[in-house]
Amino acid sequence: MDLLNAVLQGLLLGGLYALFATGLSIMFGVMRIVNLAHGDLAVVASFLALALVTNTFLPLWAVVLVAIPIFSVLGYALQRTLIQRSLGAGPLATLLVTFGLSIVLQNVLLESFSADTRTLEAGSFATSAIELNDTISLSYIGLFGLVAAVVTIVAIQLFVSRTRTGRMMRAASDDPETASVVGASPAHIYGIATAIAFATVALAGLIFSMRSSFDPSIGPSRLLFAFEAVVIGGLGSLWGTLLGGLALGLTQSVVSHYDPASAVLAGHLVFLAVLAFRPQGLIPARAV
Amino acid sequence: MAADLLALRGITKSFGRVGVASGLDVTVSAGETLGIVGPNGAGKSSLFAIISGDLRPDSGTVTFDGTDVTRLPPHRRTRAGMGRTYQIPRPFEKMTVFENVLVCASEGGGRRKRAALELAASTLERSGLGPVANAPAGSLTLLQRKRLEVARGMATDPSLLLLDEVAGGLTEPEVAELVTLVRAVNAEGIAIVWIEHVVHALTATVDRLACLAGGRLVADGRPADVLADPLVRELYLGQAVTTGEDVA
Repeated sequence: MDLLNAVLQGLLLGGLYALFATGLSIMFGVMRIVNLAHGDLAVVASFLALALVTNTFLPLWAVVLVAIPIFSVLGYALQRTLIQRSLGAGPLATLLVTFGLSIVLQNVLLESFSADTRTLEAGSFATSAIELNDTISLSYIGLFGLVAAVVTIVAIQLFVSRTRTGRMMRAASDDPETASVVGASPAHIYGIATAIAFATVALAGLIFSMRSSFDPSIGPSRLLFAFEAVVIGGLGSLWGTLLGGLALGLTQSVVSHYDPASAVLAGHLVFLAVLAFRPQGLIPARAV
Repeated sequence: MAADLLALRGITKSFGRVGVASGLDVTVSAGETLGIVGPNGAGKSSLFAIISGDLRPDSGTVTFDGTDVTRLPPHRRTRAGMGRTYQIPRPFEKMTVFENVLVCASEGGGRRKRAALELAASTLERSGLGPVANAPAGSLTLLQRKRLEVARGMATDPSLLLLDEVAGGLTEPEVAELVTLVRAVNAEGIAIVWIEHVVHALTATVDRLACLAGGRLVADGRPADVLADPLVRELYLGQAVTTGEDVA
């Protein structure tokens, strides 16, 4: 029964990893950008929520509803100003720009909030759980993460396959130059993709901060989990990212059941094994 | 005659010491068909890139439909009614043929919802791609890819369509099929500018023929006159026989 609990907890954690990795996966799938500031953006979302909860009378759910659109707008603006300029200069330039952004964000957070470890007080939502029996309880926040991941990924897939803008996103991902010849502005399409990516990273960052403590320098270690989820699942495939996140969460949780100290290492080993033996990932990309 | 649909005035462009256009003037009237021939390296592809906006000239202006578009990015020119095809077909390989055309109808053509679907469907019908509408574009044969290039151009609802060597690499019967398609497009009132090495495809289609060499037009007029021009024969036809097809 304890093992079953470890499996279920792993799926909940994996759902959050998948949600967190979605933005990384979208930006890679559409623009071939590896966003090294991805983890830091999630941490920025955590601190933004902390600031809003502390300084306004907004309840936490309202903070979530405010933070996500703020991040979308930020994503669109950042793409159009900073990232689009670096895209023309090749993959190395985008890596350097996002790496620089990562350093800047960490230091701004450090200046503004100090290096202290913080927690976001989420009240009963963070501590309540569904008790299935003596050994198995599923936390609300964990379930929320998994449900949010599945809903988000299904919604994005529908958006990409059914809507006009989604089709353009696939077209621009395939060949941006031709996309502009058929009448679409690749920069605008990329901006929308980045806005979606930032919205998901904000949501993931907020859920992270309700589950565990955070500090300004925790971004890169979180980025690693998102990166592992994306690679395990298959670069550029959102269903793959969902599966990759779940596989990573499951591995960490089950190994932790036997030896907590080896949990993170086990996740890294699964990642390495996928890179070595199935580099295309569990579900290779078709489109986006 | 009505005002020019497309007018290039004094276009100059060079890459370092290599000039691809030097004081080039080209005009195209609404509904007209202009064929452009020229030896390899004459600046034909650069000319298209300058018209469609992929390349910005060092000096000179591009006027389209009465508006100066010299500084407009490619997607804005497409929306303004300028369709183009690539010499090497570049379909969105992972999307279906229908989706490829639908994207053009809704973006370049500015159609919404049902109107976009209808334009895409009628374009596929007119371009003979109806039977493969739901196939992934990456699975098409060369002739079908060339048809798809033209179809995508058509679906942006253009008043001018730029064709970049669409007949290249095709067999004789296939060239004939493509000529039929291009003539049908022109019959709808769409002006055509067609760069081509397959000269008989051009002469079967165009009202006017121009010869580009060294970044300027060395001949411009009725196809028979241009092909009879001694300079054109020396520059282009003589060389084409010996060097074969332009793959650049």
